[in-house]
Amino acid sequence: MDSLSLIGMVSIVTAGLTLAIGSIGPAFGEARAVAQALAAIAQQPDESGTITRTLFVGLAMIESTAIYCFVLAMILVFANPFWNFFAERAGG
Amino acid sequence: MIEITPDRWVLWQIGPFALNATIVFTWAVMLILVVGAATITRRLSSQPELTRWQNLLEVLVTGIRDQIRAVSRQEPGRYLPFVGTLFLFIAVSNLLAVVPGWRPPTASLSTTTALALCVAVAVPVFGVANEGLAAYLRHYVKPTVFMLPFNLIGEFSRTLALAVRLYGNIMSGTVLVGLLLSLTPFFFPVVMQLLGLLTGLIQAYIFAVLAMVYIASAATAGGAHVKDSTEESTNG
Repeated sequence: MDSLSLIGMVSIVTAGLTLAIGSIGPAFGEARAVAQALAAIAQQPDESGTITRTLFVGLAMIESTAIYCFVLAMILVFANPFWNFFAERAGG
Repeated sequence: MIEITPDRWVLWQIGPFALNATIVFTWAVMLILVVGAATITRRLSSQPELTRWQNLLEVLVTGIRDQIRAVSRQEPGRYLPFVGTLFLFIAVSNLLAVVPGWRPPTASLSTTTALALCVAVAVPVFGVANEGLAAYLRHYVKPTVFMLPFNLIGEFSRTLALAVRLYGNIMSGTVLVGLLLSLTPFFFPVVMQLLGLLTGLIQAYIFAVLAMVYIASAATAGGAHVKDSTEESTNG
């Protein structure tokens, strides 16, 4: 197998794994955060404004790990530097 | 062909200077904001009957002021121009994604990095302005001197997180719609566009709130201690 198809295969498999593993952790984390926030709002409906704002900011923080993984997967699939390097060498 | 950044879409080129879609759409957003605000504020009235556009601006400004006050527990006046501009710029560029052919400039890592760098510069500026240079620098050696490198890493990583978060969210919407258009055209991409509008507005809100949180955590004016939400989330 030449290096180009090897790179393509490894990139696609790694992108899938990155998204799969990288999204399950934040999913659990966000689920916990939302459940806690709902319980807190149920106990203290007057504070729902503060709780919701803090929840949104916290969710954005948790979510950013998943976003990192997504950006990495997108780079691997659509703008892979190794692929471009070897494709250029094969072409030129 | 799906592009993961509008930087590659070059509209016009003279020699080494390329005019790419990011720059064009950034200037379009700025033009819309500036011209819109200038025309609306030309005829302001303090009478009970307002024009509907003045009403819109008043709702926006008071809303942003209330949010800043709630997040930072300080008077919003001095933070309003910076944070409000961040929010309005990101919100307008994301919401205009409903216009066909529009590529949000926030879907490019260069735009979001520039915005995040603005926040990274604004934090020490507001901090020094509020409590002086020495008191601001003392934040870095709290609780002990050994925490200095970690504080510096935290400062750097939260700027990176700010940029990549906005970029990833907006870019994912664009790429997803592009992929769905080739798989299941007509109905499903429209639903994802609608979801993209929601995420776009939420991301604009989150970017502005996080900028405010970072600024407020470095600039606790008059010894007033900033509590809960602001202090817990400074090390994102």
